[in-house]
Amino acid sequence: MTVILGQTFTGISIGAVLLLIALGLSLTFGQMNVINMAHGEFIMAGAYTTYVLQKSISSAGLSLLVALPVAFLVAGGLGALLEWLLIRRLYLRPLDTLLVTWGVSLMLQQLARDIFGAPNVQTRAPDLLTGNITVIGGDDPLTFANSRLFILGLAITAVVALSLTLRLTPLGRRIRGVVQNRDLAEVSGISTSRVDRTAFFLGSGLAGVAGVALTLVGPIGPTMGTNIIIDAFLVIVVGGIGQLKGTVIVAFVLGVLQSVLEYSTTVSVAKVLVLVAIVAFLQWRPQGLYTLRTRSLV
Amino acid sequence: MAGAAALVAVVTLAACGAKTDTAGGTSDAAAKADTSGDTVKVGLLNSLSGTMAISEVTVRDSLKLAIDEINTSGGVLGKKIKPISEDGASDWPTFAEKASKLIKEDRVAATFGCWTSASRKAVKPVFEKNKSLLFYPVQYEGLEESPYIFYTGATTNQQIVPGLDYLKSQGKKSIYLVGSDYVFPRTANKIIRAYAKANGMKVLGEDYAPLGSTEFSTIANKVKASKADAVFNTLNGDSNVAFFKEYKSAGLTATSMPVVSVSIAEEEVKSIGSQYLAGQLTAWNYYQTTAGEANTKFVKAYKAKYGQDKPTSDPMEAAYTSVYLWKAMVEKAKSFDPEKVKAASDGITFDAPEGKVTVDGASQHIYKTARIGKIGTDGLIEQVWDSGKAIKPDPYLKGYSWASGLS
Repeated sequence: MTVILGQTFTGISIGAVLLLIALGLSLTFGQMNVINMAHGEFIMAGAYTTYVLQKSISSAGLSLLVALPVAFLVAGGLGALLEWLLIRRLYLRPLDTLLVTWGVSLMLQQLARDIFGAPNVQTRAPDLLTGNITVIGGDDPLTFANSRLFILGLAITAVVALSLTLRLTPLGRRIRGVVQNRDLAEVSGISTSRVDRTAFFLGSGLAGVAGVALTLVGPIGPTMGTNIIIDAFLVIVVGGIGQLKGTVIVAFVLGVLQSVLEYSTTVSVAKVLVLVAIVAFLQWRPQGLYTLRTRSLV
Repeated sequence: MAGAAALVAVVTLAACGAKTDTAGGTSDAAAKADTSGDTVKVGLLNSLSGTMAISEVTVRDSLKLAIDEINTSGGVLGKKIKPISEDGASDWPTFAEKASKLIKEDRVAATFGCWTSASRKAVKPVFEKNKSLLFYPVQYEGLEESPYIFYTGATTNQQIVPGLDYLKSQGKKSIYLVGSDYVFPRTANKIIRAYAKANGMKVLGEDYAPLGSTEFSTIANKVKASKADAVFNTLNGDSNVAFFKEYKSAGLTATSMPVVSVSIAEEEVKSIGSQYLAGQLTAWNYYQTTAGEANTKFVKAYKAKYGQDKPTSDPMEAAYTSVYLWKAMVEKAKSFDPEKVKAASDGITFDAPEGKVTVDGASQHIYKTARIGKIGTDGLIEQVWDSGKAIKPDPYLKGYSWASGLS
């Protein structure tokens, strides 16, 4: 019983990581049809921001708290810059955005290598987050890792914040307007180019936050983004492009599926089985879990 | 995504193209080393870029230190050594291509380098075909011999078997195997299973993560649920970071369930963070802290040349030693000719930083002392056990009846 509960928690925590890395992509991919291959490098930027901050702030806990907003601004700024320099010239040409952003991602990786060196670096997790809490005691105790609980909380906060922004704020209404009908939004007096850039800023900023979370789990390196970006795209495609609800559900379903399969088989086999399940699902519903027809973000 | 697939195809084709180049155009005649003039060229073949660069650059630096020292003290057979350094770029076909270039164009007398088993397997036919020598400095999975390769790192009976012996002597009766999914861990674990079966140890589980994988929560859960006495870790590179973070999060410690690692040396400890590793065990032949005058000299010289904060490690020491062993063989043979050097190799000794090593001419491996170390909070590794004497290399484990089924 503890094994099942433990693995379910592991699955949910993997799902939370997936959700964090896919959330920003859902906004940029869904909103603007931009296949942003550099999204993984924005995650990397967030992780390196945490590393840099920890060098100047000695308290691990404080530096993590400071890193969250700073990484959001750094990655968001990079995203807005990318949008302004290159992507705004390429809207409606999704394959070109793929190639251009892929090139940018390679350049950012090399830049990281030049600044921080080829070897991976580490951050210290605050003491509070290195331990675990015992949920069920006894001979076969069920424990939840504190760092995983923190990431879960962060993912939930990010989803709620994004959802509320899109539903309740004027900016959210403008974004939804542009998504539903770009031309009509434009003639209604909405500056679509400004909305695009803001949405890109938000999406990339969320990637930065994901980067902060990932420093609690593994190493920080120039290629960490490449390892992650495929998973993020899978979540988006299966969830239905531009669908926040689909992204959330699929991230957790894939996380739990992966952890359950991994426990009963091996890591590699589980990865293959998850991919097979995704392919089968897309045969049945090529448009993903939620359809694009309504074109609503929330 | 079609664009990405096309690009992948182009990249793959380019890589295949490089591979074909190396295979073609080799003649049967042995490439003669160029020893005219007052220098002798040697090749240094290491990954100076790509994922392995972190480890292999330190090996290259260590080789250069040995060459500098030898040149300062008069060279080899009156000739100064001139190193030609090539970048294998963490890519096997590139290693084969550069090996061929060093032998045929630069006409080197010997080549030092390679790290991963994959790169060694890729260059092996190149050295054999051209009858040129490679000195390989890293511990590996054994079950291999080549007439043109000298193995100066440990083979399995000098690292993995002593690691298991140590666990057994500590009363550990059950182990869990965790490794990266490629040739070294898979072969090592086959050997460990055979050992366990013969020594009354239980293997409670065996898990592999893809190379570079950073998601270890499930593996940590499985390890914890197994309640094994110890873990034998053959993970490589970055995965260790994620594994040890998850290990700590799961509440496992060096006291409750110690981990013996065979791929984490001082350099890696530094990058993983000693707070996650303190108290855990490693199996190697050399540590920066190994006692002895030769080591004091080596550590001092290395730090003076490359920086006080740079640790020395086992593969670096094996690489450093390999240059001196080659020098001694050449001097005994009074020739740079690989065949004569090989013929002179048996019984060659050197007072290495790890202690006295001797070349076993039959297997072209060397006698090495096995050492178990405990990782300290300062990131250095303190020896807790050693084999007392240098162990005879036994790459095919012929001396162990339990290993008879392995090949």
